[in-house]
Amino acid sequence: MTLQGLAQILASGLLMGLIYALIAAGLSLIFGLMDVVNFAHGEFLMLAMYATFGIVAATALDPVLAAPLVVGAMFVLGAFVYLAVIRHAMRAKANIGMVQVFATFGLGITIRGLAQHLFTPDYRSIQTSWLSGRTLDVAGVFLPLPQLLGGALSCLSFVALYFVIRRTDFGRALEATREDAGAVALVGIDKNRVFALGWGLGAALVGIAGSVMAIFYYIHPDVGAPFALIAYVTVALGGFGSIFGALAAGLLVGLVEAVSATILEPSMKAIGIYAVYLVVVFMRPRGLFGNL
Amino acid sequence: MVEQKLSAQNAVVAAPAEPESRERDSIDHDASLRGFARRRHRELAVAAVAAVAVALLPLAIHDVYLQNILVLTLMYAALSQSWNILGGYCGQISLGHAIYFGIGAYMSTLLYTHAGLTPWFGMVIGGGVAALIALTLGYPFFRLRGHYFTIATIVVAETGLLLVLNWDFAGGAQGIQIPYGPDSWAHLQFARDKLPYIYFALGFAVLTFIVTFAIEDSKWGYWWRAVKDNAEAAESLGVVVFRSKMAAAALSAFFTAIGGSFYAAFVSYIDPDSVMGFQFSLLIALPAVLGGIGTLWGPALGALVLIPLTELTRSYFGGSGNGLDLIIYGVLIMVISLARPEGLMSLFARRRGARASLEARAKQ
Amino acid sequence: MSAHLLEVRNVTRRFGGLVANSDVSLVVEEGEILGLIGPNGAGKSTLFNLIAGLYPPTSGSIVFAGEEITRLAAPARCALGIARTFQVVRSFDSMSVVENVVVGALMRHAGARNARQKALETLELTGLLARADAPAVALTPPEKRRLEIARALATEPRLLLLDEALAGLTPSEARDGVELVRHIRERGVTIVMVEHVMEVVMPLVDRAVVLDLGKVLAQGLPAELVRDERVIEAYLGARHRAA
Repeated sequence: MTLQGLAQILASGLLMGLIYALIAAGLSLIFGLMDVVNFAHGEFLMLAMYATFGIVAATALDPVLAAPLVVGAMFVLGAFVYLAVIRHAMRAKANIGMVQVFATFGLGITIRGLAQHLFTPDYRSIQTSWLSGRTLDVAGVFLPLPQLLGGALSCLSFVALYFVIRRTDFGRALEATREDAGAVALVGIDKNRVFALGWGLGAALVGIAGSVMAIFYYIHPDVGAPFALIAYVTVALGGFGSIFGALAAGLLVGLVEAVSATILEPSMKAIGIYAVYLVVVFMRPRGLFGNL
Repeated sequence: MVEQKLSAQNAVVAAPAEPESRERDSIDHDASLRGFARRRHRELAVAAVAAVAVALLPLAIHDVYLQNILVLTLMYAALSQSWNILGGYCGQISLGHAIYFGIGAYMSTLLYTHAGLTPWFGMVIGGGVAALIALTLGYPFFRLRGHYFTIATIVVAETGLLLVLNWDFAGGAQGIQIPYGPDSWAHLQFARDKLPYIYFALGFAVLTFIVTFAIEDSKWGYWWRAVKDNAEAAESLGVVVFRSKMAAAALSAFFTAIGGSFYAAFVSYIDPDSVMGFQFSLLIALPAVLGGIGTLWGPALGALVLIPLTELTRSYFGGSGNGLDLIIYGVLIMVISLARPEGLMSLFARRRGARASLEARAKQ
Repeated sequence: MSAHLLEVRNVTRRFGGLVANSDVSLVVEEGEILGLIGPNGAGKSTLFNLIAGLYPPTSGSIVFAGEEITRLAAPARCALGIARTFQVVRSFDSMSVVENVVVGALMRHAGARNARQKALETLELTGLLARADAPAVALTPPEKRRLEIARALATEPRLLLLDEALAGLTPSEARDGVELVRHIRERGVTIVMVEHVMEVVMPLVDRAVVLDLGKVLAQGLPAELVRDERVIEAYLGARHRAA
């Protein structure tokens, strides 16, 4: 194992980790806001990928340029899902947590079925991006451009998230609603509006990840599932509700996955992630930065 | 009624109770106890009638495809009931129960193909192994709360899946095909006849029902529900929470594994993705959640609604991967969970208090 | 060796930087009703929870019936004979009233049937027998209070810890509550009550311990304490300080 080889693993792992962190951030945001684990998150990712593919196929735009459109559409989708579906799950008398899990699980299956119905199970891919197949060579370490873009967008997104949450009124409303959803009406905050925007934001984050991943992954109705699983583990690892935790955990997961892929059988690489999760959560039952 | 209440309170103040009011109170005691016993017997009677009705069904239904659905419905009812013990009564939501199902399936199959051991023994051994593993996992896991625990169960199941996928002795990704032999009860193998499988599945469902029924009026049952409703209050009443959770986990795992062994014998072929996948873990929990988590009849009710519907839609609409079966399935799950968060059982709860009680059962 | 039922010896409890209890010592004699009083923030709840076994003291020891229980968790203390109620009622909402009490009764009665018998007897004692089969969620707040007490009583404790069990009741409810407490003591249970409402508690308790700012301020007979200047100062002082 040369130093260069090690650097390659680290680089690939970190880049992928940034993308995992992005997917997990959306999940963590939604959870932190209203204690709902969105079991349709993988399907959101899948939809974002299909949307990217669709726009590219229809307009011959480069997927990078299509991304803002996809993100916008995902934002709307997230808000819509909250207003149409999740809001009804919340009105159940107390926090009937299991129901929310299965309501979103049902939603995920429905979306998957719709995708199968509308797009067929065939695998699609985007070959026409300016970034496709190009890599950046940094001292012998190869950084594929799509992944590099993904990593960059992820960093930007986290910075933007930080500013939105800490410095804007919406961010403050988000935190306030998170603390006490019942009380915020007293200060003029419409809880439903905040939740809808929160879902929109969460979906938008996944949209960013999806539009980039569409460049270098095959797109098909079941593509979301393995990433969703990684996202759940990442969120739990970082601590439910902690966006920064999602970032840290995402990076860790990416690194562990990259290392596991070289040490173990490729099909077993997830075990490295799982092992790390189990060890961490054994020592810190609330995840790395969780404070529930 | 008012006089009774007043004199009962007077009895509290005056140290030696007057014989007359004491007699009245012990009548209340007996009335309450008798009422309780009556309700319990009624539940058993309903179960017995239902079991007999199901047992007679195959005489009327000869279509092999429908018989197949019957077997699956009964199996899921039993599996979900097993899950319900840990998830519904004790409040620990596991979304990784497929691992126990897989342990049961693989253990009995491997013992059968390599040692010729009848599945009847194989399933008990599989159940025992599953229970042991549940206890081992419980040590680190039961210190986790809520979603962290649930994710841990998912992770463990996925790890198990990956390990088996790469274990050549267990057939790896190819799985194991149980060799065909003559029909026999000893080997739980029947080439075409579905009836024995129906009756086994019925027996399995009845068994898990009876176990849950016994739990409802047992020390463990009361303790589990106390742990679920309010663990701190339970501790103040002497309940050792950790031990309670372990017992529930072991019992739940044992029966789930037996289901796995049965399934292996039923389909004669197992592979990791079909018996140990995450989707399957969700499927085990689903009937209980939709039917009424933490209730006696919830899992059976949920299985009755869910399984025939999904099987039928899959064959009529699914097929060529056009996704319609998934859409129907997904919408069904959404509608039930949103319209009846406490489960379908609440449709039968006529009293306002009973409805609130069901909501409390569903509370996690 | 002393014959006190409960001894709290130099107990201190810190939460991070906050010292909730500082070098608190007191004894509880078998058969008495002891009041634990003091203004808000005095550390009554913390001391209460320390005796109940919710968390261990930072330093000091607690001895119950001659046994060192400082490191024992709540379930083990219940087995020894210490039971408690919670200030904010914590009923088991998925079960009926009698089933709630059965959970407690199972401490001393092995089978569910015996436990249910015992539960019904306890409900009778606390005046809830008529509501035995009602769902616990359906009870009124004063009834829920009684359920808390019934549940704890069903474990057949030697020492019953009541956490503000008489707070917020109407005068007639309070009268019933006082009668109940007296009756429980008559049955041989020692009682320690944390209370806020002086008018109700002072006539009821045999002795009282006054806490202020985490320390024991005074202890003795109620009649003496209400005239004790330090006690008056502690209660009224807050008002003066605020003004």
